[in-house]
Amino acid sequence: MDKKRRDFLKIAGLSAIAGVAAPTALNTLFKGEVIASDHGGGHGAEPQGQGHAKIEVPTGKRFGMVIDVNKFHRYEGLAEKCTNACHSIHNVPKFTDPKVELKWIWKEPYEHAFTEHSHYKKNDELHNMPFMVMCNHCDAAPCVRVCPTQATFKNKDGMVLMDFHRCIGCRFCMAACPYGSRSFNWSDPRGKDKDGKPLIAKENTKFPTRTRGVVEKCNFCAERIAVGQEPACVEACGATKAMIFGDLNDAHSEISQVLKKQYTIQRKPALGTKPSVFYII
Amino acid sequence: MIEKALKGSSLYWTWICVLLGIMGIGAFCYVQQYNYGLGYTGMSRDVSWGLYISQFTFLVGVAAGGVMVVLPYYIHDYKTFGRITILGEFLAIASVAMCLMFIMADLGQPLRALNVLLHPTLNSMLFWDMIVLNGYLALNIIVGTVVLQAEYKGTSPPAWYKPFAYLSIPWAISIHTVTAFLYCGLPGRHFWLTAILAPRFLASAFAAGPALLLFIALILKRTTKFDIGKEAQNKLVTIITYAAILNFFFLGLEFFVGYYSNLPGHMHTLDYLFWGLHGYDQLVPFMRFSLFLGAVALVVLFTPQLKKNDKTLGVGLVCLFFALWIDKGLGLVLGGFVPNPLEYVTEYTPSLGEMCITLAVWATGFLILTLLYKIAISVKLEKELP
Ligand code: SF4
Ligand code: SF4
Ligand code: SF4
Repeated sequence: MDKKRRDFLKIAGLSAIAGVAAPTALNTLFKGEVIASDHGGGHGAEPQGQGHAKIEVPTGKRFGMVIDVNKFHRYEGLAEKCTNACHSIHNVPKFTDPKVELKWIWKEPYEHAFTEHSHYKKNDELHNMPFMVMCNHCDAAPCVRVCPTQATFKNKDGMVLMDFHRCIGCRFCMAACPYGSRSFNWSDPRGKDKDGKPLIAKENTKFPTRTRGVVEKCNFCAERIAVGQEPACVEACGATKAMIFGDLNDAHSEISQVLKKQYTIQRKPALGTKPSVFYII
Repeated sequence: MIEKALKGSSLYWTWICVLLGIMGIGAFCYVQQYNYGLGYTGMSRDVSWGLYISQFTFLVGVAAGGVMVVLPYYIHDYKTFGRITILGEFLAIASVAMCLMFIMADLGQPLRALNVLLHPTLNSMLFWDMIVLNGYLALNIIVGTVVLQAEYKGTSPPAWYKPFAYLSIPWAISIHTVTAFLYCGLPGRHFWLTAILAPRFLASAFAAGPALLLFIALILKRTTKFDIGKEAQNKLVTIITYAAILNFFFLGLEFFVGYYSNLPGHMHTLDYLFWGLHGYDQLVPFMRFSLFLGAVALVVLFTPQLKKNDKTLGVGLVCLFFALWIDKGLGLVLGGFVPNPLEYVTEYTPSLGEMCITLAVWATGFLILTLLYKIAISVKLEKELP
């Protein structure tokens, strides 16, 4: 073997080792952990790693919601009651044109709430159920990631919130949200409709109204949680317990107990947004 | 040097007046939009970006396309492009100016635009886009004016401008890559969620930018004594041809991945754009027409007799430009919003006022371009033809 060739092989070998080791080293460096390796035994049949995402390690609070669709189905009018409670408390204006309407929580049929699920041969009842949809307060929220001004941000309790005074109205967050949870004020929400009726029927002076040109969405009732109240929609459900709100990171919270016992699903889990809203069907 | 823009034929002044007229109408419409809010446009909660952002996206491409003449001239010392390089740089200035105007027109709270700088957010691609676009504008203003100024004075340009010229080349690539990143990093928007979006953007940019440039050069050849030269013209045709082929090849790849994989998310928007989805097919005629125009353009660019003749070449270039404009300036942005995240279909039709504002921004761009070209060409002709 001539010298050149031997040198080449040596370099190639070294680079190969570096290539194998580097990702692990980098992972350790950046994340302080080693993933998808070290299963101990060398049994051929055992998988080398797990394909699914890492288990989320709880840090601090992370508020979430469980929505029991059966109960919404059973108690007629409950869906509308929730929407009204939320929209009136938060001064959400009532535009009738669906193109420019604003909504924080509303009902959708199964096939529109769970678009990526198969709708083939599902029972009739499922198709008649009202699925309440709202902001999922995603743990890895694309809307937060794209906002150029941090007008959309995640607070320490895992709520995705908005600063209406900072928002420039670029609507990048609306393109980014995979759930259509965001609404834009296409015109003055404090104005009147065609018949001269105010768009905000009765203003709640404890919550700010918005100006035109900014985005808004469900805020998990951060202003109510701060003073020890329940979210307005949860309150509207009352004793039905159709909606349960609480800290997902607290193993003793009611929501954690429910999630431990019941089979629930999240919307579009494949997108990696880690929604904090769960559905019991 | 500026005084060159103030002397011109009656044709020149008529053109300027037409542009100013369109700008006036657009300004009037913008005041209305400003007072009412963006509901003045045809946009909706489902199609939340419309003509403004799609024009912006297309024009970033035109701006970046100028690099196809700048690069050979500076890197390969390709002197034949000497006369057209300045046109490429000035086209970039006008295009980026239009981009910035379109962004401003699209903001719900334009007075707060500076929040992007006051609260710099490194994880937002829009923040980076703003940085690279303004940087590119500055680079082209510096290089373009320094070179022209020197020519005007009959000296050679100062050496310090060279690094800026070199820097403008990777910078041109960056503006269109970052613009693609606005779209291709969004989970749940399947039509945009493709790693080939940036290459697609670049290919269409490298075809559309030089096509517009060459078309303008052909007009200048007829209306003034300014001729970029046969060799430069042929070289540009070659560049445009390759970029156009790449563009259509990339488009074909999207079709393959969508339809062969049979993934609904990947097919929906293509269905909507080219065949119609659930009976909604507003954009179908446009998209098919775009393919037709693209085919005509390729025929012209590949037939020696047709591409050698200035008239047929001009037709081919216009076809190509409009094919790419429809593809990127309409279909790409508008189509990406259909169906919406809940799989409803909402169609978008721009309002009249919105179209006037859009036209006015184009008119402003062309006004900037006209003035810059007028100065550049007067200087060049004066120095070269005593
Ligand atoms: S649901 Fe949409 S708006 Fe809410 S946090 Fe997730 S991405 Fe953001
Ligand atoms: S519209 Fe407002 S909240 Fe949404 S991305 Fe732009 S600045 Fe952020
Ligand atoms: S949590 Fe509060 S803001 Fe969110 S939907 Fe319920 S009531 Fe509305």
